[in-house]
Amino acid sequence: MAFLQLKSVGQTYFSKTSATTALEDISLSINEGEFTSILGPSGCGKSTLLSIIAGLLVPTAGSVMVNNQTVNQPHPKIGYMLQQDYLFPWKTIEDNITLGLKLRNQNSKEHIQAAFRLLKEIGLEHTKSKYPSELSGGMRQRVALVRTLATQPKMLLLDEPFSALDYQTKLKLEDLVSSTLKEHGKTAILVTHDIGEAIAMSDHVILLSSNPGRIFRTFKIPETLKSLLPFEARQHPDFSATFQQIWEELEHIEQNDHEQETS
Amino acid sequence: MSKTITNKKHLEYLLSIKKERRNIRIVQLLIFLSFFSMWEISSKQGWINPLLFSSPSKIWSLFLEKASDGSLYIHVAFTLGETVLGFILGTLFGTLLAALLWWSPFLSRVLDPYLVVLNAMPKVALGPILIVAIGPNFGSIIAMGILISVIITTLVVYTAFQNVDENYVKVVRSFGGDKKQCFKEVILPACFPSIISSLKVNVGLSWVGVIVGEFLVSKQGLGYMIIYGFQVFNFTLVLMSLLIIAVMATLMYQGVEYLESKLIKHHS
Ligand SMILES: Nc1ncnc2c1ncn2[C@@H]1O[C@H](COP(=O)(O)OP(=O)(O)O)[C@@H](O)[C@H]1O
Ligand SMILES: [Mg+2]
Repeated sequence: MAFLQLKSVGQTYFSKTSATTALEDISLSINEGEFTSILGPSGCGKSTLLSIIAGLLVPTAGSVMVNNQTVNQPHPKIGYMLQQDYLFPWKTIEDNITLGLKLRNQNSKEHIQAAFRLLKEIGLEHTKSKYPSELSGGMRQRVALVRTLATQPKMLLLDEPFSALDYQTKLKLEDLVSSTLKEHGKTAILVTHDIGEAIAMSDHVILLSSNPGRIFRTFKIPETLKSLLPFEARQHPDFSATFQQIWEELEHIEQNDHEQETS
Repeated sequence: MSKTITNKKHLEYLLSIKKERRNIRIVQLLIFLSFFSMWEISSKQGWINPLLFSSPSKIWSLFLEKASDGSLYIHVAFTLGETVLGFILGTLFGTLLAALLWWSPFLSRVLDPYLVVLNAMPKVALGPILIVAIGPNFGSIIAMGILISVIITTLVVYTAFQNVDENYVKVVRSFGGDKKQCFKEVILPACFPSIISSLKVNVGLSWVGVIVGEFLVSKQGLGYMIIYGFQVFNFTLVLMSLLIIAVMATLMYQGVEYLESKLIKHHS
């Protein structure tokens, strides 16, 4: 049975002068342990979709179910990592990573120790009493990951977590995030506009078209790539073939968009 | 070799900074000394009316006299206490009101025009009404000190609350945090710098409120000394009070700046 199910989810934003449909008829289901990427151009509604799954936004149409129960507020088993790290500058790293535990009333000794172990695992134990401004972009993003994992969610929502980093840091972090999530058996949805990242990290890739955002196609990533770390996957011969395939589909979407505009 | 050259250059650079800082201090001191000596000389020579402008030496001897008979301390303590209470309470109430407006967007929209009107109004004009309502005492002077700063604080802090990046709130909400927790964990700490900087503005405002309050109540304090000196045509007393106020206000402002540097090291 699927862990997460979306049933014809739609979202329309209203303002005084207009109504923008950001998402339309999104249906999908994700099993426990799967890593799914949502790929689409900027502005196609990816962040909106994650906000809905996170329970921060109630969709104007359709419903979200976790373990067959409708979600309409942030679910304790879902962790959300925003597009930037959004660490609180006035809190130390230690206070930042235990924020979720404090808010969820889980700040028992064991939970806090577990959070510190995670920090150690990603190699930042020495930063505990530092402030975010003393850390580099990549380090901050790693701390944000720890903050999200600290409440021990089953599923992680990652909104373009590497888009603000330089290329080298990004490749390293892809490996780190991928192996950390695998090790802890997490389910994940990654939102990105980077085709390579989507292929290297995930089991499935969902392609969104824009205006309004709809599911255009779903790809299965070849078994040969799934078992590899993202960096290794990028070197594998099957990688470029998959890249080519998705690239062509994206071209299709653009053509469709273009036809819609001219007709 | 090249390292020693770099070191030497660095030393020269540090020296030049030090030299400039010293020059600034010297000029500042010169201005200070020449102002007071010019004042003294002009008064002695009768270039300015000594009855009106007094002179630094007369002010100093009056200061020593008042300090030794103890009457000065009571006045200074009163004014100081009122001012500190005025700006702390003004900032506190302003922040509380801003929190209320943040909590209820409806209320904020309802109150918006009233706040604009109240902010534009010269608050000291309410002085006489306050004194009749509260009585000619300590209470109405502090009320004056609060009144003069509370509305502007509300407006400034509320604007800061609204400008907090929504994504920090999202982080708290994604962990199941409610509105109260969003305020406590994000909105309030993120706006600490704005609150402290309105504290700085309020130090100045509160002095105005308290001095005007003391003018009107006319019982105690430096404001009372000014109005009394004016009535008996003792301008030495007036000028002495003014100089004491200048020193006190500066010290207070620096105190708040020190507090600021201690409290908000890590914001941004
Ligand atoms: N709070 C909002 N109010 C109105 N329109 C919004 C809001 N958030 C997003 N949108 C619109 O919805 C569309 C999708 O935005 P978003 O989900 O941020 O896309 P993406 O993350 O894929 O770049 C955009 O056209 C954007 O302008
Ligand atoms: Mg986005």
